[in-house]
Amino acid sequence: MQIDLRTVSVTPLRQTFDHIAARIGGDKAASRYIEATMDVQAGANPHYRPTWDPEHEIFDASRTAITMRDWYALKDPRQYYYGSYTQARARLQETAEADFDFVETRGLADSYDDSARRIALDFYLPLRHVAWGANMNGASMCAYGFGTAITQPCLYQGMDQLGIAQYLTRLGLALGQPGDLEAAKHAWLNAPVWQGLRRYVEDTFVLKDWFELYVAQNVVLDGLLFPLAYGEVERSLTAKAGPVVAMLTRFQSEWFQDASKWVDACLRVAAQENPANQAQLAAWSAHWRGRAVEALQPLAQMALGNQGGAAMDHVVSQLDARLAKAGVSA
Amino acid sequence: MDMKANKKLGLKQRYNLMTRDLEWTPTYQAVQDVYPYLEYEGIKIHDWSKFEDPFRLTMDAYWKYQAEKERKLYAIIDAFNQNNGHLSLTDARYINTLKLFLTGVSPLEYMAHRGFAHVGRQFPGAGPRVACLMQSLDEIRHAQTQIHSLSNYNKFYNGFQNWRHQHDRVWYLSVPKSFFDDAVTAGPFEYMIAIGFAFEYVLTNLLFVPFISGAAYNGDMGAMAFGFSAQSDESRHMTLGLEIIKFILEQDPDNLPIVQRWIDKWFWRGYRVLTLVAMMMDYMLPKRVMSWKEAWEVYAEQNGGALFADLARYGIRVPAGWTQACADKDHLSHQAWNTFYNYGAAAPFHTWVPSEEDMAWLSAKYPDSFDKYYRPMWEHYAKEAKEGRRFYNGTLPMLCQTCQIPMFFTEPGDPSKIAYRESSYHGMKYHFCSDGCQSIFDHEPEKYVQSWLPVHQIYQGNCFTPEADPSQPDFNPLAEVLKWYRMEMGRDNLDFEGSPDQKNFQAWRDLATRN
Amino acid sequence: MSNVFIAFQKNEDSRAIVEAIVADNPAAVVNEQPAMVKVDVPHRLVIKRATVEEQLGRSFDLQELHINLITLTGHIDETDDEFSLSWNH
Repeated sequence: MQIDLRTVSVTPLRQTFDHIAARIGGDKAASRYIEATMDVQAGANPHYRPTWDPEHEIFDASRTAITMRDWYALKDPRQYYYGSYTQARARLQETAEADFDFVETRGLADSYDDSARRIALDFYLPLRHVAWGANMNGASMCAYGFGTAITQPCLYQGMDQLGIAQYLTRLGLALGQPGDLEAAKHAWLNAPVWQGLRRYVEDTFVLKDWFELYVAQNVVLDGLLFPLAYGEVERSLTAKAGPVVAMLTRFQSEWFQDASKWVDACLRVAAQENPANQAQLAAWSAHWRGRAVEALQPLAQMALGNQGGAAMDHVVSQLDARLAKAGVSA
Repeated sequence: MDMKANKKLGLKQRYNLMTRDLEWTPTYQAVQDVYPYLEYEGIKIHDWSKFEDPFRLTMDAYWKYQAEKERKLYAIIDAFNQNNGHLSLTDARYINTLKLFLTGVSPLEYMAHRGFAHVGRQFPGAGPRVACLMQSLDEIRHAQTQIHSLSNYNKFYNGFQNWRHQHDRVWYLSVPKSFFDDAVTAGPFEYMIAIGFAFEYVLTNLLFVPFISGAAYNGDMGAMAFGFSAQSDESRHMTLGLEIIKFILEQDPDNLPIVQRWIDKWFWRGYRVLTLVAMMMDYMLPKRVMSWKEAWEVYAEQNGGALFADLARYGIRVPAGWTQACADKDHLSHQAWNTFYNYGAAAPFHTWVPSEEDMAWLSAKYPDSFDKYYRPMWEHYAKEAKEGRRFYNGTLPMLCQTCQIPMFFTEPGDPSKIAYRESSYHGMKYHFCSDGCQSIFDHEPEKYVQSWLPVHQIYQGNCFTPEADPSQPDFNPLAEVLKWYRMEMGRDNLDFEGSPDQKNFQAWRDLATRN
Repeated sequence: MSNVFIAFQKNEDSRAIVEAIVADNPAAVVNEQPAMVKVDVPHRLVIKRATVEEQLGRSFDLQELHINLITLTGHIDETDDEFSLSWNH
């Protein structure tokens, strides 16, 4: 049976806001993502210069070497505005919560193999500080970037990393004790094996060009660290001792797939814009890739022993494939 | 919190592991290079760990609860849209309050999003950082849910369609715009006092309760749903504002005079922006919630009074200008609406003379001022309009250099006398509406001489499209400015009576209720 | 002495919370509006998780307050079991 619902039909005067219609045509309704993103950043006539950066306007495209005719070309393929973003993350959160609950209620952490436990605690716990740094950098890109299209997802990315830092903390409390978190922080600050990575992270804190920061953090560091930590190392531990770590790091692995869609898309669009961008992005990628590989090598070794080298090669080739696809080969 | 592990750990201790414990002091880069903006305002912070995190929200809980709020909110917005909810409004005049909101307030939510990302990055303490970054997230939520809620009104009514372009150019919209530009261009500590404390704590109820309750009273379920949903975020914001000011004051006694000066400045600037709300409450809501005077008495005098009594132990006193703001409550809305009535040709929303019924309400609410000073004025305008001479002021108003509002404010104690103040700086004369605005300028003239004053800009010839040709005999500067504003004459502006909004609303309502 | 207050959207979940507040705060005054319910208490207001759970008939995390909260005043203190608002003067 066909049901035909009728409502009173009132003909609208227009489909969307004029600045949106100018972009997509006047005869179409705009998606929520488009209406909430396009041209939302102030476009003209700022009243005062920042007292904290009088060389620039409040929103200033010259805070990066990258140039775009239209900064709103850097759209997020995931179409995250706040509503779709929080709902997507809430779904990941629900799964992660169920996994933590599963591990805890069945005592799987208590019965976990002790040598795998040691590897997991030594490797994953200091990464909570790397994630804290990523949170800081995401805030920076959002604050100093240009155009809502890219600044919006930069904040989401940064807050995701805070969530990751908190999930890693919970992993530490599930598999270990507060004392293990303390020891991990000590290692982060003092152990030689962590200093290359800590120096990398701290060097990103002083980058003035927010797009270089985007490359250093989102493209290169995460592009190597996540496949290493939540691919290579997790698989090794799972093979050794069962999927407890896989369950406790599920958020991170699923998140990385999602984040990469956005990271790759913006990199590609920025690189395709003009040869100067392409050259600049390639130069940044090459520089930071070199540093990241050097920083992560000893950590891969620590977690994977003599499989560390092969694992690094594997994740590096994954990153290189993404860079090539974006037209930004290092 | 959704943490079940380690039940031995209390909420506070668990939360510390999830936030403060994550941070460290950099050693490979100088701390001043990582946090370059912490010293230039003269604020002294000795121990960031003393900041108390009142709402101990981890990201997983944030996503969970905020997603639930979003689902509920969008379900209501969708239902409202599907059901032609706008036809249930009390009266189409109400829609003009929403135009004011989208063009004036929503862009500020976006500025707050960027501002909190900036201060969140710049504060080294984990506690304030996390709270500021969650607020940055919340503020883009507000900007976007407002854009989405009001998107449906844009389809049917005029004055919403160029909100972005107009916020950056139109004469009265530089009032809210300059307010927030002032905050984000200030240092990070001033920003927190300006927005976190003065705006989000002291004054917020004066913005949101009128708009949200106004929505509820006038059948606007969409805006009401947005409003209530946003308010729960506001509780976290208010708390941050209160905690941050306590923290700053407790860190060093030298911070007190700096903070007091900021409180004085931002109370005054914020109060001036609320002029638009005062006129909205008293003149634009067909079904009124309360008068501006009543709202001021509850939310400023009572609530604010309790707050400043609490802060007295730090040496904080009520803001300078408090007394004047209290005294002005009898006059503010009337003087403001008069100005917008005058300039009704130049604003992308409608204005109108209050009806007899409206004026009876105003008399009752303002026994000391309405009948004496303002009723004769409205009766005069009504008579003129009836006789075909609806008054539109053909000149442009002088704007205050600081708050950028037209200088219609009167002297405290004498509502028949316009208040004028002036200062000289580097051989130029600057004009102000009040002692409060003058003192803000005098303290930082280098900042306020930069103001992009819409009326000055028009007179300087900066507000015309490339096609405008002043050499033509029929050159009409007002018409050309309206084109530059992307306002359509006769559609977006002028009196509500005879407007397309009025005609359409009536026709559609008839369509929905008659056969 | 000044009041602290808390206000919620009016729905099924918040009804239980308000009932819990009234049960634990003898001086509470409830103000009902069409879409909002506001509770004023002189000086200090406390919400106890256990009381809310009794009213709701299910387990309750105090952070769920965020979902229906509209506004509040006073200094906040939050533990696993209690959420309170107070003025110090």
